[in-house]
Amino acid sequence: MDPVNVANLALAGVLTGLVYGLMALGLSVIFGVVRVVNFAHGEMMTIAMYAAVVLFTTLGLDPFLAILPVALAFFVLGYAMQAGLINPFITRPEHSQFMLLVAVAIIMVNALLVIFGPGARSVQLDYLLESIELGPLLLDRGKFYAALVACAASAALFAFFRYTPTGRAIRACADNWLGAKVVGLNVKHYYAFTFGLGSACVAIAGCMMVLLVDVTPPLGPYYTLLAFVIVIVGGLGSMAGALLGGVLIGVSEALAGLFITPSAKSMFSFGLLILVLLLRPQGLLGRRP
Amino acid sequence: MSALLEVRGISKSFRGLRAVAAASFDVPERGVVALIGPNGAGKTTCFNMIAGVFAPDSGTIALRNSFIQELRPDQVCAAGIGRTFQIVKPFAGLSVLDNVMVGALLREQSVSAARGFSLSILEKLKLATKANLPAASLTLPDRKRLEVARALATRPRLLLLDEVMAGLRPTECDEMVAVFRELNRADGLTILLIEHVMRAVMALAQQVVVLHHGEIIARGAPAEVVRDPAVLECYLGEETEL
Amino acid sequence: MRAKILLSILLLVLVFFPTFAGPYALSVATLILFFAYAGQAWNVMMGFAGQLSLGHSLYVGVGAYAAAGLYFHTGLGAWAGIWLAILLCMLLGAAIGFLAFRFGISGVYFALLTIAFAEFTRIGFDHIQWLGGPGGLFIKVEHRTGWDLVNLRGTPAMFYYVMLALCALAFIFCFLLLKSKAGYYWQAIRENEEAAQALGINTFRWKMLAVVISSAMTSVAGVFYAFYYNNLFPEQIFHISRSIEIILGPIIGGIGTLFGPILGAAVLILLSDGITEGLAALGWEFPGVKQVFYGLVLLVVVMFLPRGIWPALARRLGVGK
Repeated sequence: MDPVNVANLALAGVLTGLVYGLMALGLSVIFGVVRVVNFAHGEMMTIAMYAAVVLFTTLGLDPFLAILPVALAFFVLGYAMQAGLINPFITRPEHSQFMLLVAVAIIMVNALLVIFGPGARSVQLDYLLESIELGPLLLDRGKFYAALVACAASAALFAFFRYTPTGRAIRACADNWLGAKVVGLNVKHYYAFTFGLGSACVAIAGCMMVLLVDVTPPLGPYYTLLAFVIVIVGGLGSMAGALLGGVLIGVSEALAGLFITPSAKSMFSFGLLILVLLLRPQGLLGRRP
Repeated sequence: MSALLEVRGISKSFRGLRAVAAASFDVPERGVVALIGPNGAGKTTCFNMIAGVFAPDSGTIALRNSFIQELRPDQVCAAGIGRTFQIVKPFAGLSVLDNVMVGALLREQSVSAARGFSLSILEKLKLATKANLPAASLTLPDRKRLEVARALATRPRLLLLDEVMAGLRPTECDEMVAVFRELNRADGLTILLIEHVMRAVMALAQQVVVLHHGEIIARGAPAEVVRDPAVLECYLGEETEL
Repeated sequence: MRAKILLSILLLVLVFFPTFAGPYALSVATLILFFAYAGQAWNVMMGFAGQLSLGHSLYVGVGAYAAAGLYFHTGLGAWAGIWLAILLCMLLGAAIGFLAFRFGISGVYFALLTIAFAEFTRIGFDHIQWLGGPGGLFIKVEHRTGWDLVNLRGTPAMFYYVMLALCALAFIFCFLLLKSKAGYYWQAIRENEEAAQALGINTFRWKMLAVVISSAMTSVAGVFYAFYYNNLFPEQIFHISRSIEIILGPIIGGIGTLFGPILGAAVLILLSDGITEGLAALGWEFPGVKQVFYGLVLLVVVMFLPRGIWPALARRLGVGK
């Protein structure tokens, strides 16, 4: 096994993992505040990917530029989903919330199938074939930029929660929604806002993901599961944990091909999930409830 | 003769915070003992240790001379200690009768025997007419009664009551007191209660143990304890119904 | 009394159904019974004991592969395979339950754990060449005119009656379970685990019992599946969408009720078949349309009938749960 080759694979895994991390960050933020597990997360990711592909093929819009309109649209979509669909379910039992989102997920993934068919779609850009040389290492240009965007978006989200009044208010709702209600915060608005933010994360991650893989409808459920694996490994509700989990899964998927057959790589992820659930259910960076 | 329940030097800390510090007290057979103290004094922590929700960091708890401090809640219940929860936890989707039957099935041999026994308990607690209603439809006083009925259905030797009087009107409170007196007198049920409602404590308890900051600061007959300067001191500035 | 009359009429119709139904109607009815049975099995765990499993395809798959694999390699028929399937699935359920409940995993985390095990197994079976791998396991198709119940080989009507018998047995079994100590204890655990434990219930043991019974029952559905369809693909049988298909019936019909899984399976499959037919008549045959419709039905039911159709219907009919 060539060490440079291994390092290259690992590095590519880190870059992909950061995009995974951004996707999972959306799930984690939604769960951390609204306490609802978004079972339609991966499906939303694929919708964003199709949106980026459509914007590229019809308007020639580069996915990096597509980020803005897609993220904005997803913020609105997320806000509407929470305000219209999920808010009435906040006080219902867990399995009831779960079924609601499973229904949404089923509709989304199959609507994509109806509209776009089962074939793979992708964007073709010249610079995606270029590489950056870093000493002996080779970086995929597209992957590198995608990871940079994922880092920037995550940093912006961190900053939003730490420094803006809205971000602080949302954190107050997350810590104690009754208390937040008592001091006059419009909790439902902030929940919807948070769901919008989580959706915007997914939108950005989706726009970036089309640079890395071709999109097909069945990616939706796959990404939902992947996002769960990541946030549970990192710690459900922990923002740093989502990024860490994303990188871990990205690297392990990239390297799994070296040690076991590539088709079994997600077995590795699920094995990791089972181990973490059993040994450290709060996740690597999560707090005990 | 040794007491039914012997608590010896139990302590519990949460994240370095001392909730209960070396508390010792006895509950004699057929006795009624009240555990009182201001909010945050460690009363419910004491209860949870006795009921097996968590084990004490140190100290022992013995029921009829056998140690129970390491047992799980279900084992404690099987050993003969029934409990109610401060925040009532009815099985909301089940009927009132079914709620009680769940408790009765611990010792009754068959479902039909459990049904019969449960009905007699509901009779005692004046819930018989509501036996077939869903538990979710009960009012708070009835939910508290249901909580007691369920615990009684396990045929406990010792009943732990966690603030069952809170939120009841004085007449409802007096009714509850009468029920417990009857259980104590006729069935020989031993009772340990946490209570803020002093009206009930004075009427029921033969002995009162006062907890403050996790330590026992006074014990004795109810009338003596309420005159104890240390007790008055710890309640000062506290909102109480003393 | 009224319930008994209605039940007898239903049973009578079901028993004589193959005498007047065509082959297509018979296959639809068999499918309904299949999902009613699997839903009933899942209901034991979620509806009775409150443990949400999203990985029941695991037991269908392992049960199917156990029986089909045994038949394929040794020639031993369904009569032997069923025991292997039940045994394996009980062990599997016990292992998952033990790990989850010992480590205090519940709610959403438990659900995710069940998905993880199912997915793990799905990918694993893709790599077991001995059982066909991703290319699938095919057992010999035999068109028989008679009934060979021991080997589960025979006419479509036989498969229909086997499934009907399984459904009836499961119904009676679940009815008895609900009326037994286990039923009371499970429902107590479902409603409030802490209070249940305070009443002397060893929640670990009773939850384990629910998982083991549910997985054993589900494995039988898998055995049926194997000999009814004669081909198995990990991608299909273990897939999460299979798990969701199983649980849709009871959720739409009414979680925790005895008729819910049956009613739910009937509603779901009849509607989706009707829709497929209707769309085909209109010439709109796109992949995914049926599933969009599934999703919409589910959405409407969870929003407006959170307890399912059966409780509302039972009130109309004037019968109990």
